Amino acid sequence: MTAPQTIPQGRSGTPPRPSLADRRPMIECRGVQKYFGDYHALRGIDLTIREGEFFSLLGPSGCGKTTLLRTIAGFEDIGSGVVLVDGKDMANVPANVRPTNMVFQSYAIFPHLTVAENVGFGLRRDPRSRAEKAAAVEEALEMVGLRGYGKRAAHALSGGQRQRVALARALILKPKVLLLDEPLSALDRKMREQMQVELIKLQRQVGITFVLVTHDQEEALVMSDRIAVMFEGQIAQLDGPEALYARPASRRVADFIGVMNFMPARILGETAEHVTVAVPGFGTVEIPARNVSRADPGDPGPSIGFRPEAATLLAANAEATGRVNGGVIDEVVYYGDMTYYDVIMDGSDAYDGIPHEVRISMRNVFGREVPDVGTRVRVSWSPGSLVLFR
Amino acid sequence: MAAGNSTEAGQGLRLIAPPLLYAILLLAVPLLTILAFSFFKDGYLTIVREFTVENYVATWTDPIFRTILLRSLWVAGLVTLFTVALSFPVAYFLSFVVASERKAMWIFLITIPFWTSYLIRVFLWKVILGYNGVINSGLKSVGLIEQPLQFLLYNTGSIVLTLSHSYAPFAILPIYVALEKIDRALLEAGRDLGESRLMTFWRVTLPLAMPGVVAAVLIVFIPTIGDYVTPTVIGGGKIPMVANMIQAQMLDIDNKPLGSAIAISSMAVVAALSMVFLWLNRRFLRVRA
Repeated sequence: MTAPQTIPQGRSGTPPRPSLADRRPMIECRGVQKYFGDYHALRGIDLTIREGEFFSLLGPSGCGKTTLLRTIAGFEDIGSGVVLVDGKDMANVPANVRPTNMVFQSYAIFPHLTVAENVGFGLRRDPRSRAEKAAAVEEALEMVGLRGYGKRAAHALSGGQRQRVALARALILKPKVLLLDEPLSALDRKMREQMQVELIKLQRQVGITFVLVTHDQEEALVMSDRIAVMFEGQIAQLDGPEALYARPASRRVADFIGVMNFMPARILGETAEHVTVAVPGFGTVEIPARNVSRADPGDPGPSIGFRPEAATLLAANAEATGRVNGGVIDEVVYYGDMTYYDVIMDGSDAYDGIPHEVRISMRNVFGREVPDVGTRVRVSWSPGSLVLFR
Repeated sequence: MAAGNSTEAGQGLRLIAPPLLYAILLLAVPLLTILAFSFFKDGYLTIVREFTVENYVATWTDPIFRTILLRSLWVAGLVTLFTVALSFPVAYFLSFVVASERKAMWIFLITIPFWTSYLIRVFLWKVILGYNGVINSGLKSVGLIEQPLQFLLYNTGSIVLTLSHSYAPFAILPIYVALEKIDRALLEAGRDLGESRLMTFWRVTLPLAMPGVVAAVLIVFIPTIGDYVTPTVIGGGKIPMVANMIQAQMLDIDNKPLGSAIAISSMAVVAALSMVFLWLNRRFLRVRA
């Protein structure tokens, strides 16, 4: 994962919008269960998505995120539980009368219609005049950057253009919620990054609640106000991007989002403020209580985790700021703007006889030499950036 | 490069030579013979090899030909209408309701009637509809009727019924293929954009199935207009269609030039109608790049 570009976002520092917690709930799921035959696809989903929020459902394929989205859209009946959209129970409300619209993964552009006919598809029963509807279509096309494309045949469009048509077709109906099912997965990387920014801007502009389904953790981090990470039909963690990245609730979430180093740990003691652990290669560490997460069934035992950028390699003559431990560079992976160093910490084999590598990322600075494999280095880190999984 | 191409072309030609020869001898040559005959003079039991357009003049000024041609078009049109209208629900059921692992079995069942000869199937309709047929004897034994019903057989209705049954699979299969090709997400999109199931069918499913419908129309219409067996057996010779008229001219009256002219004229009419269908098809196909 390369570092995301600096994209204006309202989540950190000074929020440009009123706090999410003050807004009214737009989607509420309470104990939603869904079975496909014997397969338990959704295992008790509880979540609240607020008005105007950019919300992401993130998880590996088969985790139930698309099923949940289709449940909100009205394409799946649920076994039990309640789905409310804008306070109204959606049980027995068919998809065509729900105040939601969807951008399908395949875009589902009608091949027998022109671009304008596609965008205006949902306006049939709109009481406005033909000319007003045509103006609305043109306005919607302009909003997605396709002004003047109305007369084109839908099948002659590129992937990115199809996606814009799908967006315009949904947004023209001014839904309360826009559901996006992996809308960027079919685009190439450059197009995807561009569309991410455009989608964020568009969401700000229209103020509609967006619910995005994605398996791409970077995409979720870049775009969302909040993210629900799902595994096996359950929500493993629901948090803002920063909290999700810095303090994953479980080792599995940590592993799914970004790169995280794991080291075996032994718990030595515990107070209300922190847990004291011994970590081979790092010594005795006091982990703040808010950085204590749970282990998943099947984990080898307690472990600590930290992100590659949470530690730095010190230059030979530099002053240490935090804790410092020694190690040897085992591998160097050069990415241009940054370099990954795999470092074997001194004494990291103390518990299980296996030397553990940690991956440390450093932003490259012109003029500074990239140390070679085999170089002895000092690693600087701070206990506050460690997460304990127990 | 050129040598390689010519070798490849030569190989291809050798490969298709037997069926090509077969097609030339059994399709092109007879057709050209008929075309040539239609411009010859009839010399009663012989053919006078002199060019004339008299046969065509006779054909197109003959009120019987026009009546019979119109009847053939009418019957074929009715058959096409019934067959396609009845086949569409079957194809729809096959595509949207039948579980995908059962579809092969269903298609197999639909094509089973083809294992029986066309002639025998037509005759079986006579057994069902006839004076002492299945329906009449059944109704009589139940006591619903005293005398056998006579309107069951030997009329346009029975011809349409028989032909519709015979050509049903030809209509079901192309419509089924067109329906199978429709991305199911399009139907969900139609619902998502506020349309009921019925309106989604009307605005999405039906337009996208049109290439299959047009193909079905062509496949049913063209052969039924020239059908010979059913008017003879089921129509009892009382309701001749164009093929019966051509047969009468060619064999009974032995006026081969006039028979040929009627055949070529009918072909021209069918070809013209087919062009209209093809043009329609292209309009619908335009969208399926």
